[in-house]
This record gives sequence, C-alpha cells and structure tokens, in this order.
Amino acid sequence: MSTSEPFDEVAESWTQEDAALTSAPPGAPGPIVPGDSIAGRSLMAVVAIMTFLAVLATGAAMLVADAASDWQSEVAREVTIQVRPVAGRDLEADVNAAAAIARATAGVADTRVFTRQESAALVEPWLGSALTLGDLPIPRIVVVKLLPGAIPNFANLRKALAAQVPAASLDDHRGWIDRMRTMAETAVATGMVVLALVIAVTVLSVTFATRGAMATNRPTIEVLHYVGATDGFIGKQFQRHFLALGLKGGVIGGGGAMALFGLLQAADAWLIGTPGGDEATALFGTLAIGPSGYIAMFVVILLMALVTALASRRTVAQTLEMIE
Amino acid sequence: MIRFENVGLRYGFGPEVLRDLTFDIDSHSFQFLTGPSGAGKTSLLRLLFLLLRPTRGLISMFDQDTATLTKDNRAALRRCIGIVFQDFRLLDHLTTYENVALPFRVLGKEEATYRNEVIELLQWVGLGERMEALPPVLSGGEKQRAAIARAVIARPQLLLADEPTGNVDPNLGQRLLRLFIELYRQGTSVVIATHDIALMDEYDARRLVLHEGRLHVYE
Repeated sequence: MSTSEPFDEVAESWTQEDAALTSAPPGAPGPIVPGDSIAGRSLMAVVAIMTFLAVLATGAAMLVADAASDWQSEVAREVTIQVRPVAGRDLEADVNAAAAIARATAGVADTRVFTRQESAALVEPWLGSALTLGDLPIPRIVVVKLLPGAIPNFANLRKALAAQVPAASLDDHRGWIDRMRTMAETAVATGMVVLALVIAVTVLSVTFATRGAMATNRPTIEVLHYVGATDGFIGKQFQRHFLALGLKGGVIGGGGAMALFGLLQAADAWLIGTPGGDEATALFGTLAIGPSGYIAMFVVILLMALVTALASRRTVAQTLEMIE
Repeated sequence: MIRFENVGLRYGFGPEVLRDLTFDIDSHSFQFLTGPSGAGKTSLLRLLFLLLRPTRGLISMFDQDTATLTKDNRAALRRCIGIVFQDFRLLDHLTTYENVALPFRVLGKEEATYRNEVIELLQWVGLGERMEALPPVLSGGEKQRAAIARAVIARPQLLLADEPTGNVDPNLGQRLLRLFIELYRQGTSVVIATHDIALMDEYDARRLVLHEGRLHVYE
C-alpha cells in the first residue's frame, strides 16, 4: 500500500500516540499451518511401525521365496531311480542296467549309483550300525543328474525302465517340487496380504490424523478462505506436513527393518558351522536377500510415504469440500 | 459493482432473516450498514463476502452472477474484497507481520516482493514496532488495526467491516473511522456495519438500515 499524501494525516494520528519506532525487520515467514498443531509424533510413530512391518513382511516373503526357489532348482536338477530287490533277479545287474538306461537318455549329465555301503549309511540312523545289508531287502538308489536347463523325457525313461528293469521306479520329485512351489507362493501371498493390511491401517490412521489436524486448524482454514485462498492452496499447507511425516516415519521404520535384515545376514555368517546356523542355512539358505530384496524394501518405504501423502491429500480435499 | 435483487435469506427451515433486499453498492462509495442487534447486519455482510448463498434472489458482484460461481471463482472474487471481523480473526501462531502478509502468501508471491509494502502499511497503522508480536500480546486496538491492515494490504475494491469500533474506546473508534475514510478516498468502496450512532454522525455517508429483515436506504 502506497502511503500517498491523503494517508499522511492518518498516519500521523497514529504516530503521535503510538511509538513510530519500527522493530527489527521480520524474519522469514513461518508455516501457515503450525507443525505442532498436527499429531505429528504419534502419527510418525504409527507410520514408522507400519513401514517396519511392511518392509519386514516384504523381506520375509522374498527370503522364503528365494529359499524355496533355491531348493526347487536343486531338487529339480536331479531325479532318482529306485531299484527294489526282487526274488530271482540280480539286484546289482538291475542297478547297473537302470543307470545305463538313464545315462542314455537325452538331457542326463551323469548318474551315480549308491553303493551298498552308502545305502546302509542311509538307513543306519534308524536301524543301527550292526546291520548287514544283505540281510534286508533294501532298495538301491541311482541318482540321475540332469544337464542345466534340460528337461528329459521322463515318460520315455519310465517306459524303458519298466521294459528292461521291472523292479525300478523313477521319482522325478514332482510332488515335492509342487509342494515347494505352493509353499513359496503361499509365503509370497501372505506377505502381500500383510502388506495390504498394513497399507489399509496406515491409510486409516493418516485419515483420522488428518481429520483431527484439520479440525484443530479450522480457524486457520476459515481465515485462509477469508483472504481468498483456494482449496488447493489450503490443501498444500497440510499435505507438506503429512508428506514430511510419511517420509520420516518411512525412513525410520523401513530403515529399522532393513538394518534388522542386515543384522540377520551378519549373524548368519557369524554362526556358520554351528548346529543352529546350519539348521537356519538349511531352511532359509544364507538369510541374504540380496540387492533386489533391498531395492524392493526401499520401494515399500517410498510406497508407505506415498500412501501417507495420498491419504492425507484425499482427506484434506474431502474435508475442504465440506467447509464453505 | 455489487447488485442485490429481491434477495432473501433463511437459515435451514427457519423464518427469513433477510427479505427482499434490493440495492447497489457502487465503486468508490462509502456507506454505513446499521440496524438493531439481530437485524441481520452480519448475515448481509456474509452474503456480500460470499460466505452464504441467498435462498432467493440474485446477487451480482463485479459483473458476475454469484449463483453460478465455482468454489475457486468465489475464492478469486474474495480476493477483491477485504473484510474486518469484530473478533479480528487473526492467526495466533503468526506474527503481526505474517498475519498482514497472508493475502500475498495466498497469492503465491515471494516474500521479497511484498515485504516493504507490508512494513510500510504496518508503520502507517502505527504497528511498526509490533511487527514481530503475536496477536495474543496485542491490545484490542492493535489487533483491530492489524485486522484492517490485512484486509486492505492487497488493495481490495471493496472493504467490509463488521462492528470495527465495537471493542475500542470512542477515541480509537474515531481514528479507525478516519482510516476507513482515507481508504475510501483512495478508491476503495467501504461498507461499515455498526450500530454506533455517534460514529455514523461523525461522517455524512449513505446509510443502509436493516429493520426486521428489510433494508431501507438513506442516501
């Protein structure tokens, strides 16, 4: 406002009684919506916990899926032929014949016949070391190793075995692989469901917190309307708080979960060779989720921050729509 | 600039609080809006500030039919109008300077572009040394001046003031009136809602008198 001449008289009337001194120049303007009017800390804690759980669920699902994939590929790289002892047939000859048939099949890299001693070793934990294998009709095992990526024609192999070695049966582990696949898919699906639930809870929490913040700041919103602010402008004043909250909560919770996985990985390496470590390795592989896992967890952190921002944006827009 | 034609207003299913209002507010005009308490002065001011929609009749502002305005259009029109509330409506967490600068921030202006203008206006209304003070520590008169400064900082075409002298002593009331007159002289249309007869006698201006929901205009 230009203080042109007509105002000088009025200005003087103020300055006569009110000190005309000017205080120090004002500092940079503060936020229009005060940060402490928003339930910041508790909401940030909710977002942090939810992000922690979401990242944990994602990491765990990836860990199980990776481990299952490893088992599956290891199991799928070999099949076994079991040769039962049948009266009137030479077991050794049958075993060698079955191994020869297998070796002749396209896609087979190698075969390994379990010796009598090895077969005895397999059953030793149950039957004891004093066992003489010849006393019992224990089947013999031929491990057939497959070429990488090759899928031999198991139907033909079965037919050939049935024709030449009737006592032999082929186990391609399909049932086991199917169960592994189902388990891995279930783990991933469970992770997705947990992630979806966590996102839903986050959306609800943010929605309630945003409504509360807007109710608290109702006088501010009204004044902003009085000075001609559009809903878009008012919405931005709230959204920047919630985006910052979402990012902070996401980084704290997600960072915590990622650190936990890092710690598990370090502990796994440290425990290698111990019975507990070996069990864990047998079950989960190396407990390492690799770069792709960390990238996925980082994406989940961003997703949680985005969900927080979008949920508050939607709530702000809906609430402003109701305020004239 | 503003035209009311047969405007009526009722709240919910209650009786009409404003009836058949037909009048104009010209650009560069000064008028008092008066009437006994409960006559509907504040309701009429809220209609003028687009905070209420009439239940019947036509309101035209700045050549636009207000019934057809979108919410953003109404916000844009409000930027042409400054309003001073009886209870000031200053934001307690913002300094006097920030409160007065609010209309510029809403327009998305950089602080450097309006800083001197705000400081100049605050000095003009005698708040030069209170720029960093928060509203809770301002006196009633200082709050009133800060509210007026906020209302006029963006050079509105119309200034609405609801009982601007209601909370101040007669001396300050007269000084505030002189402030409004100076704004009018600079080209702003002014509507002052008041039931202070002494204040109206200070300045010979058009009077809009509300009585039992009807408006009588005394030129």
